Amino acid sequence: MTAILLAESVTVKFGGLTALDNVHFSVEEGEFLSLIGPNGAGKTTLLNAITGVVAPVSASLKLGGNDISNLPTYKRIRMGLALTHQIVRPFTSMTVLENVAFAAGFKKVKRILSSLVTFNRMPEKKKAAQFLEVVGIDKYRDQEVSKLPLGVLKRLEVARALAVEPKILLLDEPLAGLNSQEAGKLADTIKGISKQGMTIVMIEHNLSEVLRISDRLHVLDNGRDLAEGEPKSVMKMPQVRAAYLGG
Amino acid sequence: MGLYEISLATVVGINIILAVSLNLITGYCGQISLGHAAFYGIGAYTAALLAKIGWPIYLTLGAGFCLAGIVGAVIGLTSLRVREDFLAIVTMGVAFLFVGIVRQQDFLGGEMGISGIPSPGMTKPAYLCLVLILALLAILFSWYVKRSWMGYAFDAVADDEQTAKTLGLDVKSYKITAFAMGTAMAGLAGGLYAYYTRFIIPDAFGFIQSITILSMVAVGGIGSIFGVVLATVFLSLMPEIFRFINDYKLLLYGILLFSVMRFAPDGLAGFYKLLYKKRNLR
Repeated sequence: MTAILLAESVTVKFGGLTALDNVHFSVEEGEFLSLIGPNGAGKTTLLNAITGVVAPVSASLKLGGNDISNLPTYKRIRMGLALTHQIVRPFTSMTVLENVAFAAGFKKVKRILSSLVTFNRMPEKKKAAQFLEVVGIDKYRDQEVSKLPLGVLKRLEVARALAVEPKILLLDEPLAGLNSQEAGKLADTIKGISKQGMTIVMIEHNLSEVLRISDRLHVLDNGRDLAEGEPKSVMKMPQVRAAYLGG
Repeated sequence: MGLYEISLATVVGINIILAVSLNLITGYCGQISLGHAAFYGIGAYTAALLAKIGWPIYLTLGAGFCLAGIVGAVIGLTSLRVREDFLAIVTMGVAFLFVGIVRQQDFLGGEMGISGIPSPGMTKPAYLCLVLILALLAILFSWYVKRSWMGYAFDAVADDEQTAKTLGLDVKSYKITAFAMGTAMAGLAGGLYAYYTRFIIPDAFGFIQSITILSMVAVGGIGSIFGVVLATVFLSLMPEIFRFINDYKLLLYGILLFSVMRFAPDGLAGFYKLLYKKRNLR
């Protein structure tokens, strides 16, 4: 197996605060990696540095062997990354289906002039309907997003990310805010997507679900790498227990 | 139709092009602009100067269209750095900057403006037809944009820029394109206005005019072509029909703008949707 995503010496500073300090992070193809750590450890910042939403002080980022460190966000996404947000961010003027269909049409909006002479939205709507089925919210397809419960919107985030046909899916706390039953179901859905061969990086605080579905863990604490490895052995490491329980 | 009605209809047609053009930027792409009249002015001054040195009307209008669009694209670059309230302030600055610069330039006529602009070379009813055809084209074009994937991308940018980026959209290019298209159309409206009045002064393209255009868009319902056209016709004609309103035009526009924002953010288009929904529920 080869590293599909390799992030080396990632350092991010917000003013005087060092959010990430020389973090090294790699993901193998087809792997389900969970990124965990206490609040403020820098997990979301690491994902943002990978997608280019946050500009790092230094970082070397490679996606499938290509250097993406200096590309703008949209180009990185086009090269095979997709991101879901911790706090859901649906397009509120669109229905559930339109949200996903827009993402599925990423090729049609790539060139600005050709987007002006392209009209057909049917193929993308069909694709979108399939992604809605994958995450199990196809019955909400024609509803406006403003009236939908969080559980549906969390799944919408996942469907929309899948629609850009990524090589790697980056999930930022997909289970946060859901009750244990909903969280368990969505975790199963995500595991199902992983089993189809998708490489997944997931930030999550729900440790029981993390341990149940991840192949490997990467632990951050205070902006530094703390540990990484097979889930059960990582959770037994004294430094990880100390970070979580204090010690 | 008498001369008065023809002249009134011409103004309505020019205002429709203006409102529809701002709707492309503010309604479709979600980028507020308080300086739209500056581009209207660029088109008017370009057409006026070129007409005076003998260029034919289709070239002067075309030049105004292009120049306003180019300047608009440059101003659009600021929308990449600042957003929402801050963009409103920057574009407001553009409005003042335009009037400030024009006033100081002798070759632009300074405070006195430009008079003696040649006639468009056609009768008034024929000119009205030209304006109305161009207004219709502007409406059709914006309807066309709405249905294209470009319109879909504008929706996404207007809703949430950051998310659009994380879905692989080149947000910058789309914003600049919206500015370029909208301001070019405003430039065209400016050229038509110059030929219509044959006398232009800087104040006709000031901040107040920008707010007037924004009122038309907001009262009509930001983003809705139908609503914006309806509001433009209504707001352009009202001060003429009720003469006494003319003195209080600005006050009235202000009240309308405030009421729409406070009580009916979707404007006339919102009322229509509401009625339509209620009927469906029955």
